[in-house]
Amino acid sequence: MSVLLFLIPLALLLGFIGLMAFFWAMKNGQFDDLQGDAQRILMDDDKPLK
Amino acid sequence: MSGATQIIEDNGAMTYVPFVIINDDQIFRIQLLIKGAMCAACIQKIESAVSRDPRVQHVRLNFTTGLLSIEWKGDKSAVDEFACDIKNLGYGVSYVRALGKNNDDQSFLLRCLGVSAFAMGNIMLVSIALWSYSSIEMGETVRSFLELAVATIALPAIAYAGQPFFHSAYSVLKTGHTNMDVPISLGVILACIISVIGMFQHQEHLYFDSAVMLVFFLLLGRYFDACVRAKATSAASELLQMMVQVAQIETENGTREYIDVRNIRPGMIMHVAVGERIAADSEVVEGSSEIDMSLVTGETIPTFVQIGSGLYAGTLNIQSPLRVRVSKPASDSLLADIVRLVEKAESAQAFYTRIADRAAKLYTPFVHAMALITFVGWYAAGLPFMECLMRATTVLIITCPCALGLAVPVVQVLAISRLMKMGILVKDGTALEKLSKIDTIIFDKTGTLTHGHPTLINRSDISDQDMQLAASIAAQSRHPLSKSIVAAWGGDINTIKATEISGSGLETGDGVRLGRAEWCGVETQSRQTDFMELYLSIPRENRHVRFLFRDELKEDAVQTIQTLKHKSLNPMILSGDREAVVRDTARTLSIDSYQSDCRPENKVHFIEDIKAKGCHVLMVGDGLNDTPVLSAASIAMSPSSAIDMAQNAASIIFSGQKLHPIIEAIDMAIDSQRKIKQNFALAIIYNIFAVPLAVMGYVTPLVAAIAMSSSSLIVIGNSFRLRRGKGQ
Repeated sequence: MSVLLFLIPLALLLGFIGLMAFFWAMKNGQFDDLQGDAQRILMDDDKPLK
Repeated sequence: MSGATQIIEDNGAMTYVPFVIINDDQIFRIQLLIKGAMCAACIQKIESAVSRDPRVQHVRLNFTTGLLSIEWKGDKSAVDEFACDIKNLGYGVSYVRALGKNNDDQSFLLRCLGVSAFAMGNIMLVSIALWSYSSIEMGETVRSFLELAVATIALPAIAYAGQPFFHSAYSVLKTGHTNMDVPISLGVILACIISVIGMFQHQEHLYFDSAVMLVFFLLLGRYFDACVRAKATSAASELLQMMVQVAQIETENGTREYIDVRNIRPGMIMHVAVGERIAADSEVVEGSSEIDMSLVTGETIPTFVQIGSGLYAGTLNIQSPLRVRVSKPASDSLLADIVRLVEKAESAQAFYTRIADRAAKLYTPFVHAMALITFVGWYAAGLPFMECLMRATTVLIITCPCALGLAVPVVQVLAISRLMKMGILVKDGTALEKLSKIDTIIFDKTGTLTHGHPTLINRSDISDQDMQLAASIAAQSRHPLSKSIVAAWGGDINTIKATEISGSGLETGDGVRLGRAEWCGVETQSRQTDFMELYLSIPRENRHVRFLFRDELKEDAVQTIQTLKHKSLNPMILSGDREAVVRDTARTLSIDSYQSDCRPENKVHFIEDIKAKGCHVLMVGDGLNDTPVLSAASIAMSPSSAIDMAQNAASIIFSGQKLHPIIEAIDMAIDSQRKIKQNFALAIIYNIFAVPLAVMGYVTPLVAAIAMSSSSLIVIGNSFRLRRGKGQ
């Protein structure tokens, strides 16, 4: 059972990293323009290879 | 198409230089509001048009808000070139001040939602073990450890994510009132306190998971609600943003410069270029031109002005440049009067209470009373203090208003996003609720029931040769009748030099005239007022050609009015146009009641009279003269071709050249209200079963948590049964 002492904090740490990633994404403006990003994926701005 | 061009004209001589921001790093920044961007191609077109300029460092269009951020180096005035490039692509450009607080609230809610989701997920992980085995099976030490883990996640998470509820409850308690957030906060805080005490006393069950789940579900509803509200920006404040415009004035030493409209003083000499709006009420001192008054009076035919004529602020100069003397400052203009009318009408609207708020008002005392009765009852029956507190808390948690907090926003978000796919934009969360109750629909005529611009109706009587000649001459003018000749011809145009004579028409070098009847030497016997006409006179061949125009009804206008009547809604017309024209339109549409020659304040009085009789009024309108009425009506809709101010005042905007979106919106509104009521019914049924059990003390925290989340899921599931609409 002592493995729990190690695993549960580890699980929490992983979850916490996910939460931090979410905060980072929010601060970085990833959620500012959801509709725009849905449209931008259709934009074909790279040049064909020659 | 006509919508896009109209916007270009509206912003004829706008300069954005005064709004450019410069930082220490020598980079200029501005945010422009782009109108008309619809798809990926639009984003690309706009961004590449601006980034083609080598000075530009960064450009990005936020599709959701329509704001285009540009950063560039070098010259401040380059912003006008960018704006001009975008306008030439056919998009509307305007400047708005940065959006304020609303946005911050929403991102804070999202942050809280993220924290509570994290906490809920991790607590569930640990809770499975806690619920599956008793302390005898897993051992006291392990159990204490797991409980400690749950507490360390739950307490900080609730302290952070519960803030929206705690703040609201605290501020409402300070004023001596109560709202739904009070029992929520009370329940959550009590659950935490009991659980902490229980943890130290090694009790069997703890409440942490229920409390976190409650916060998560309620935040979800709160966040949806905020999303809907964020779209509803105050019409009055946006109208004032519209006033942030510039005017070209003549200084004492004869040079011209642009100043902010708010700094205009009476007596100043102002230059009004073709395609520019007149910034303040004024009088013509030099030149003559035709003025498009349609946005102020609703009249389709432009008015001729010459030296000495008075001009209203907000009207559009469409023919030749004018030099005018300002007679009133911008703050006393007709435009400012309209702003004041809108503000007045809006303050009357503020008294509307939403169905959720009304339900909460009834529900809150009930929840408090039940919890209190449970506590007092069991304490009197001789149970220990902690046990009584525990049962009272269970009542608070189990009666948690998931239907109120979650169902209404979920239905709203679904209904609004489905309408949006049909091209109907709902700006206001209460709009659907109000729309479901209407019994009277008032239409503006010009631009709402009709296309808003004249169409040539006797094309078949005119030979192609004459048509081409007329179109070639007309191509040189911005007059609406000229434009409609060019549009009706659609073929090749010859280059003919023609001079425009204000108030009369166009004349070529060899004496061919296109213009008013008298000026072309035509004797007209009966003047038909419902038609607009132009004559083409060809002196060489000694003959005239007559061109007849009418502002045509939208294709499905008759059918839409029929359908509305079937739904036993009462349609009416309220127009600023002349009696004869309005009567004719009303007869064609078989609408019995109509009012013509209405000034904006008459329209407001008319609506207030009807509302006083207890009717719920939907106003559909598009012009500046409709703006105060749109705000005064119970609920307002505007076509997307309407001017910005009307769109701001309306709660619902529909796109396209047809009227059937009005019916779609009404149907969706009625259905969404039905779903909301069903959700309330489900919630009440749930409470009828759950509350007595909780009061009796039969509900363990496990049952409470399961019952609560399943009731939320049922309510969400019911919301998804909302109609999909014909557009799909």
